[in-house]
Amino acid sequence: MPDEYNFAYLDEQTKRMIRRAILKGVAVPGYQVPFASREMPMPYGWGTGGVQVTAACLVPADVLKVIDQGADDTTNAVSIRKFFQRTAGVAVTEATGEASVIQTRHRIPEQALREDQILVYQVPIPEPLRFLEPRETETRKMHALEEYGLMHVKLYEDIARHGQIATSYAYPVKVEGRYVMDPSPIPKFDNPKLSDCAALQLFGAGREQRIYALPPYTKVVSLDFEDHPFTPSKADHDCDLCGASDSYLDEVITDDQGGRMFVCSDTDFCRCRREAGHVGRLGGEA
Amino acid sequence: MTLQSATGPEFSQKIRAPDQPLLRVSGLTKRYGARIGCADVCFDLFPGEVLGIVGESGSGKSTLLSCLAGHLAPDAGEVIFATAEGPRDTLQMTEPDRRRLSRTDWAFVHQNPRDGLRMGVSAGGNVGERLMAVGARHYGAIRDKATDWLGRVEIAADRIDDRPSAFSGGMQQRLQIARNLVTAPRLVFMDEPTGGLDVSVQARLLDLLRGLVRDLGLSVIIVTHDLAVVRLLADRLMVMKGGRVVEQGLTDQVLDDPQHAYTQLLVSSVLQV
Amino acid sequence: MIAIRNLSKSFTLHNQGGAVIPVMAGATLSVSPGECVALIGASGAGKSTLMRMVYGNYLAAGGEILVAGVNVATAAPREVLALRRATLGYVSQFLRVVPRVPTRDVVAEPLLALGHPRDQALARAEDLLSRLNIPERLWALSPTTFSGGEQQRVNIARGFVHAYPAVLLDEPTASLDAGNREVVLQLIEEAKARGAAILGIFHDEGARARVCDRVVDVTGFTPGLAA
Repeated sequence: MPDEYNFAYLDEQTKRMIRRAILKGVAVPGYQVPFASREMPMPYGWGTGGVQVTAACLVPADVLKVIDQGADDTTNAVSIRKFFQRTAGVAVTEATGEASVIQTRHRIPEQALREDQILVYQVPIPEPLRFLEPRETETRKMHALEEYGLMHVKLYEDIARHGQIATSYAYPVKVEGRYVMDPSPIPKFDNPKLSDCAALQLFGAGREQRIYALPPYTKVVSLDFEDHPFTPSKADHDCDLCGASDSYLDEVITDDQGGRMFVCSDTDFCRCRREAGHVGRLGGEA
Repeated sequence: MTLQSATGPEFSQKIRAPDQPLLRVSGLTKRYGARIGCADVCFDLFPGEVLGIVGESGSGKSTLLSCLAGHLAPDAGEVIFATAEGPRDTLQMTEPDRRRLSRTDWAFVHQNPRDGLRMGVSAGGNVGERLMAVGARHYGAIRDKATDWLGRVEIAADRIDDRPSAFSGGMQQRLQIARNLVTAPRLVFMDEPTGGLDVSVQARLLDLLRGLVRDLGLSVIIVTHDLAVVRLLADRLMVMKGGRVVEQGLTDQVLDDPQHAYTQLLVSSVLQV
Repeated sequence: MIAIRNLSKSFTLHNQGGAVIPVMAGATLSVSPGECVALIGASGAGKSTLMRMVYGNYLAAGGEILVAGVNVATAAPREVLALRRATLGYVSQFLRVVPRVPTRDVVAEPLLALGHPRDQALARAEDLLSRLNIPERLWALSPTTFSGGEQQRVNIARGFVHAYPAVLLDEPTASLDAGNREVVLQLIEEAKARGAAILGIFHDEGARARVCDRVVDVTGFTPGLAA
């Protein structure tokens, strides 16, 4: 471990402050706890909230996995992983099952998580009511008094305009029948995985200075209408590499002639399936 | 030709003056430092009554309305509303209770529709919001009710998915009224509802309001500086000056036989058409 | 039905040096059910003022005005409103309505305010409008655009649409042609026949002679003029 930085970059007092916010978030599931977000050596939008939460959770024995849109090898994931390798010296992995702490942007791994794992989300805008009610003083009051009619106005507008609930990511949820929460911009396909999850789920918004949490086995319900129930959706294909029919897919344009393929967005999940012998439509060539 | 006499409780309720006030205001006072916003205002409002509050700019009428509606905390006084559970002082209510009241039994129509509408939300969503706020979760039912209310305020059903920004000023004001009345409130506060509208559009709105007041049995407190509006809309009138009520009574009596010097000046200052 | 005792009235003109003008003192009269009483006296003697006080439009300075047992001089606004809704009708010389409201609805409004079904109220309004010779093509238009005589007849229709037990009439036959004048006199006679107490101002002496049972000269109630 390089000795010019404290373990995991942040000083111990800062980590304590963040841990206190996390504990409060765990105690009040779905409630946005304000915290004194620090300047991090990376721009806002790169996951400064998630990085601070991860830094506050890490211990030297941890094994860290970082994913961006499900992939371990994209710029954002690679740089955050390197950041912690350098400042904390922890072991890293791409295998979901081997990780003790997973920091994610925009996805929940396909493989079910365990009680000894922590999933840390990077959150750009923590306030689900923001787009309809711009006043922060008012949204805080609405959370406090459980005035959530406005959330359904957003869904109403979706149906009125598109014939169905067209919100496909950052789909609002209600936590334990109390707080309405923005699950970060994960696809609504992942929403059911939020509920009753064995792992501790933590959400960090650096620019907005908010932390919130879902303790293990928390009940999380996606908002909907009686006559327009919530449906988790994904592209209607199988993975072209591993043949999985039940994983969230990315569409990849392969040439200028309109050629395209669908592949698992969770790269570790896809690799494991291929190593186990599953083959998709294009699995031989790719 | 003779008219069959109407019977039933609805009829007898209308010919009798109701016994219990819907709103009972006493000693309501609001100061801005040394200056008086409104002072020692007292009145009762009975079910189905329309009370007009007139006065020039700065007379305290808007301050009074804000205090009544709970938008402003007065320094002294009581505002007792006959809730379903009996009379309660709304100034002593907890904030959640008061906010619940203001989206169920109460409604507030702003002078500028932009203050009372969500401009980024469709007409249907605007009308449906109060329904969803009190727990409606069936899209089809919400939409049907919104369509019905748009019709009642004379907005064509095919405009339901348009945003208010695409509406004229008069339409926006009618939409604001529909949005407020959809949950069948019992008391409606109105702040200069016809201000800023063309005279012809005003007339249409007045007619609409009168019909709604009569058909729904609404109680209304309406603040305006337009004496013609209160003459047509209000049963009773309160005249304010310098934060105090200088005269109150039947609307036509106050306008035709004003007692207070200020009211006489106010009435005689109106241009005759 | 209508009983006035020792009624007085003065105007205080605050904006003209606080001048106090006494206009009435000691006014006393009564009208029984089925009776029509005419107020007479020179212009400015206080006929209209008295009528307006009975309706609650002008505030009394002293005395009492009992209409169906309610003392209008001291009643709360809502009691006066209830009285006007169900018991006390008033045909003034001026029509005051919301612009753009159809004539038919203007006439039916007193019935709607009493909670009568809309179809019944409109049928009754149309019946009166046709009796008063307002052409059917005008019923859907606002009376604000009508001629003075037409407006006067709309006003009369509105005043007779509900069978008020007490009615105030301010020159009901003024500016009417012979045919319409006859209809109005019949309406008054019908109202008397059903037991309405009527107090009115009639400059039309023929009309007064035909429908009125008694006259009261208000000159006797005018301070300074009372001899």
